[in-house]
Amino acid sequence: MAEGITGPEPNVKRQRWMAVLARASVTEIEALLAGMEPPRPHIRLRGPEIGLVMARGRAGGGGAPFNLGEMTVTRCTVRDAGGRIGHAYVIGRDPRHAELAAMLDAAMQDEARHDRLERMIIAPLAASQAEARAASARKTAATRVQFFTMANMR
Amino acid sequence: MAYVAVKGGERAIDAAHAWLAEERRGDPDVPEITIAQIGEQLGRAVDRVMAEASCYDPALASLAIKQAQGDLIEAAFLLRAYRTTLPRFAAARPIDTDAMQISRRISAIYKDLPGGQVLGPTYDYTHRLLDFRLADGAPPADDSPPASALQDMPKNGAEEGAAAGRMKPVSAILAHEGLIEEDDVADAPPGDLTREPLAFPAGRDLRLQALARGDEGFLLSLGYSTQRGWGGTHPFVGEIRVGEVAIEIDPPELGFPIEIGDIIVTECQMVNQFKGSKAAPPQFTRGYGLCFGHGERKAMAMALVDRAMRAEELGEEVIAPAQTIEFVLSHCDNIEATGFVEHLKLPHYVDFQSELETIRRLRREAEAFASQDRREAAE
Repeated sequence: MAEGITGPEPNVKRQRWMAVLARASVTEIEALLAGMEPPRPHIRLRGPEIGLVMARGRAGGGGAPFNLGEMTVTRCTVRDAGGRIGHAYVIGRDPRHAELAAMLDAAMQDEARHDRLERMIIAPLAASQAEARAASARKTAATRVQFFTMANMR
Repeated sequence: MAYVAVKGGERAIDAAHAWLAEERRGDPDVPEITIAQIGEQLGRAVDRVMAEASCYDPALASLAIKQAQGDLIEAAFLLRAYRTTLPRFAAARPIDTDAMQISRRISAIYKDLPGGQVLGPTYDYTHRLLDFRLADGAPPADDSPPASALQDMPKNGAEEGAAAGRMKPVSAILAHEGLIEEDDVADAPPGDLTREPLAFPAGRDLRLQALARGDEGFLLSLGYSTQRGWGGTHPFVGEIRVGEVAIEIDPPELGFPIEIGDIIVTECQMVNQFKGSKAAPPQFTRGYGLCFGHGERKAMAMALVDRAMRAEELGEEVIAPAQTIEFVLSHCDNIEATGFVEHLKLPHYVDFQSELETIRRLRREAEAFASQDRREAAE
């Protein structure tokens, strides 16, 4: 993705990187950040703070919604030196995770840094998440029943 | 009415709690269990605590299990108490179970359903023999599949694609013929029993919320009772699936939805024979189960009880406990139940004194009547 953050659907790109950062671990993000210039300072506008999100299901799988139960979530909002606002909501209770994700959300909105961050941080995280899903899908596929019919027993 | 002094227990309580901590730790020569070990190796216990606490957080559930010495109801109580200390940021969009990254998906009604029968990590087909190799910290016994089984699979093909893409629920197959009831499409905001006290009759949204956090043992027994004829529903497992679903919220500050991560859930679609009534034509009806974590027994029991509680809606006679909405919802929560049962062991000295006085008085009166009767009989 070398075309920056503008384009027909900038929100779609932002949704993608926010989702990738939410699914990443702090260890992974910090390891990738270590290979780059130090992040620019930011101001915390909100949090990081821990709270709850109510998960919902649908009756019968596709019907009216119902409240399934809550989960812990950490959120953070930061402003970088350029005035860009970064938001993050991540499942779990790791303040560092939410703050890193918010900081990177702000940085990714900076045209000057976007492509490099995409290449150095977001793309590798997305690749490792895709690989984890593929590995899980392979394990799942190994347990798929292959029926065979006992034909012509005569 | 004077107050009765109940002070004086502090030292005893302190000593009791000190002993509890010592007992929780056990023999100091045995290594202390870690939260990570509980999370990784006692996952089904962690899942059950999260479901019944109605709070998804594997690390906190693991801590609660450690603190409660493995008492899972106490652990759910601890986690639910913690939950009350946190603000709620948002309600998520309903999870899309068709898009689940499945680790298990089976149907008992169609052998060759699209996407196939995927067993996943299951205790089904194990022999339920104690595996003494585990006692020695050795790898599990030979009847578990060789690790090579996990390599022997298509790396790419259509089958993996089926696992990774959208997978329609099995009920969609019957829907083509119109032989199964469809989901209602109402999209009203659901009721929330954590915010509003339950009122009866409770709608299906509140019933499903209560069942999702209900005690697995209670729901299992109620579901079992329907199978034994106490409000029979003629169930088949249309489908059970276990896997990861994305959680998506709409933060107002953003103006568009974002995914904040994945959680593991178990879903059960129960398909029930239904001969028809004044309210509905003959067709298959459905009961639904959905819970946090890997909890097939819970999801199946929930689906059975969900269907049983729809008796009145479907024009069936309400005759059994599992069909009685107020009975089920008032008693399925194990935190409430344990609170009311276990409070009986707290001091009731004054209550009991007054009961004792009452019994003494009644006894005196009864004896007075009896002696009067004897006198009258003698005269």
